[in-house]
Amino acid sequence: MSYKIFKINEDLKDFMPPEIVDLEEKATWGNPKRGVMDLPYSKELIEEHSLCAGCPESAAFRYILASLPNPEDTIIVNSTGCTSLVFPHIALHTVHSLFGNQNAVASGIKRVLEWRFPDKVKDVIVLAGDGATVDIGLDCTLQSFFRQEKITTICFDNEVYANTGGQESGMTVKGHVFKMAPKGKQWDKVPMWQLAIDSGCHYVVRMTVSSPKKVEKVIKQAIYVAREVGPTYIHLYTPCILEIGLNADDGLEEMRRTDKERFKFFEYMTDAAKEVIERKKEEGLI
Amino acid sequence: MAKLGPSGYSPYPVAMYEDILTPPPGKALLFNEIVDEEIAMREAAKAMLTRENPTIFPGPQVLYAWNEEAKEKARLVRKIAETLGAKIIPMYDYRPKYPKIDPEKEINPNHPNLTIWHNNIKACIFIGVHCHYANVALKIIRAETDCFTIAMCGNAGHEDAMITLRDQHTEELEKFIRVAEEVKKELGK
Ligand SMILES: Cc1ncc(C[n+]2csc(CCOP(=O)(O)OP(=O)(O)O)c2C)c(N)n1
Ligand code: SF4
Repeated sequence: MSYKIFKINEDLKDFMPPEIVDLEEKATWGNPKRGVMDLPYSKELIEEHSLCAGCPESAAFRYILASLPNPEDTIIVNSTGCTSLVFPHIALHTVHSLFGNQNAVASGIKRVLEWRFPDKVKDVIVLAGDGATVDIGLDCTLQSFFRQEKITTICFDNEVYANTGGQESGMTVKGHVFKMAPKGKQWDKVPMWQLAIDSGCHYVVRMTVSSPKKVEKVIKQAIYVAREVGPTYIHLYTPCILEIGLNADDGLEEMRRTDKERFKFFEYMTDAAKEVIERKKEEGLI
Repeated sequence: MAKLGPSGYSPYPVAMYEDILTPPPGKALLFNEIVDEEIAMREAAKAMLTRENPTIFPGPQVLYAWNEEAKEKARLVRKIAETLGAKIIPMYDYRPKYPKIDPEKEINPNHPNLTIWHNNIKACIFIGVHCHYANVALKIIRAETDCFTIAMCGNAGHEDAMITLRDQHTEELEKFIRVAEEVKKELGK
């Protein structure tokens, strides 16, 4: 893919709707320095979203899409869940894989792209919920780390299976009661960030999406490290305000609260990752 | 025998069930008959010139300037529309749209019938739509509407269109414009 595909033929431009013309004229393509600060001025790569009003996943989506250093050559692999309904509104190549298979599908895509376009940088990113990443897809997630696939995995942890109406997931906190987990969770939350480290990820972060600039930095670091070194993993708390019974404007407060406790910013990097990050900083790309 | 829709079930593969395949190279398909390209072009022009609200649906392969041929094809698509007095409604991407599309401004392969019904389109040309989406959209249109569909395809054609012209590139589009001008004269338009 190239951002030329958004260049509209002059002869037919009159018939194109403004949001598509904007994608050509006002979106940020071909500029690795793009970031969340462009949000008020540029055309976003997300047209609209189908999440609940105020769902923090919608903010996470916007920050991540604004931060991709190479959107014209980025493929996002997603899985079933609340987020999967948003992907049709995104102006990038996305692949909806079978629930839980996303890291296996992404591995295949990354390898084929490396073979097919050896002179081009193609970023492959997995973006899926906690049910897909940690429960049903844990095998594929960890195996891709073991195999050192050069992909970035982003988990939207809302601590529940939200799309199917509120079943507990491995990421649910011990004792928490959901509509479809009436006895309360019996076991501890899975320490997925630690599993990612133990399984060979070179850059791992756990955080909330309460701070857009911080999200930008982490996304860029994870992508640059995945390009050159190996798998990277970002664990984001995006609370399901619907299932925990918060109002549409309470999501940010909930994230700020957990910023100080179980989602306190945590970052891990290997020496190889550190070298890439330092170099990209010197180049002014982070 | 394949007829004009609506054929009932959606997206019922009418043509396949009736043993209709795409035409061999150098030929075209007119309903279930394999004919010379020129004959099919004449019938296509006639349908567009005589049926209500003729419309061209250009797809991404001609809407976007991804190579030189696409630019030239875009110019020719516009000329075809002018010659036939047809409207242009783009199929600029294939993403499903929620909560709904604006049927006056776009056609979507997942529910192309909405655009056809809303604008009362009785003849249309698909051009520059990637084959797998053209296949789905043409089946739905045949199943749900009485629109006369014409596929101008750069590859092997589409059996579910009422007329399919295959291997259509700039030279063929220029030929179609010439044919359309002749038909227009014959019809006294
Ligand atoms: C193979 C398969 N198994 C189960 C499902 C049913 N399913 C759809 S969405 C979903 C839950 C998704 O939960 P999560 O990944 O946490 O994402 P969320 O909806 O919470 O954002 C499940 C189990 C499915 N679609 N496919
Ligand atoms: S159900 Fe929860 S996670 Fe899903 S869109 Fe609504 S608030 Fe967001």
